[in-house]
Amino acid sequence: MLHFTVRYTTLLFCVVCLMACMAKNIPEEALALKQESLQQRQIQTRRFETADEARILAACASLLQDIGFSIDETEIKLGVLTASKYRSAQDGKQIAAAVVLMVLLGVPIPIDTSQTMTASVVTRPIGEDRKYYAVRVTFERIVYDDRGLISKRESLTDPRMYQGFFEKLSKALFLEAHEI
Amino acid sequence: MKSNKGRRRSLTLLFLVAMLVAGCATTHDRLLDMDTSQVQLRSVQTRAFDTTDKEKTMRAVIATLQDLDFIIDRADLTLGVLSATKASAMLRVTVTVRPRGDTQLMVRINAQHGLNPVTDPKPYQNFFAALERAMFLEAHQVD
Repeated sequence: MLHFTVRYTTLLFCVVCLMACMAKNIPEEALALKQESLQQRQIQTRRFETADEARILAACASLLQDIGFSIDETEIKLGVLTASKYRSAQDGKQIAAAVVLMVLLGVPIPIDTSQTMTASVVTRPIGEDRKYYAVRVTFERIVYDDRGLISKRESLTDPRMYQGFFEKLSKALFLEAHEI
Repeated sequence: MKSNKGRRRSLTLLFLVAMLVAGCATTHDRLLDMDTSQVQLRSVQTRAFDTTDKEKTMRAVIATLQDLDFIIDRADLTLGVLSATKASAMLRVTVTVRPRGDTQLMVRINAQHGLNPVTDPKPYQNFFAALERAMFLEAHQVD
């Protein structure tokens, strides 16, 4: 009986090892456009009637600064601006649930402690005469738990966040933000 | 006698496991990632476009990567280099755009998934299919 257990455990371990070695390839549909892509693009993009790309990017930079981001990368010639901030990710409800589970199960349950939020702004001229610019902003975050491990990696897709961002940008630029 | 045989078998299995683990654990030769044919991989990762407008091409690459949920980490028009990540899928890519002759631009993308380089052609084909749509140009295979 014991031999059987040992043998099966070892075999299982072999299989897991092999799988770990083979799990190199990404899913085939990775890097393929999905149905939701277009919808996301609409939520994250607004069109502004100006030919001054630098002015839009400068307004985005100061807006991101206003909401606590630090600028990581800029390339004005390509309309690229990336910023990030490191914040607490503690959630009262999650802590309460973790405490209850810990009492019931007797094992420590990891809780989220911190998060890195990234914002990426890209501007792009519309049409050959470059009279309009499209501004697309994307937010995502990586959440870390109390063991320092990543517990979540996600794109932030709530349309309200994007609406809020563009309302503020519109005010800063004294320009109306049009949907695309 | 029987238990001896069993023990030997368990030992053989354990040895096998050790070999498997050792097989996974080569690390230093990953600096130059010599395990795949470089020429073959390069042709999978590269396409040529009939345009010489580097800025427009790079902007199309950026728009395509954004459509694919990537965040642009670095971009440099002069060098024609950009890097982007997709945290939710643990993907990181670098794209280079450089001239090929007098009439074409060459776009090369290489991707990393988690800790491993992506060598499967399919994701690259998907990317170039999306880029073709953004550029309104056909992507030519490069030998």
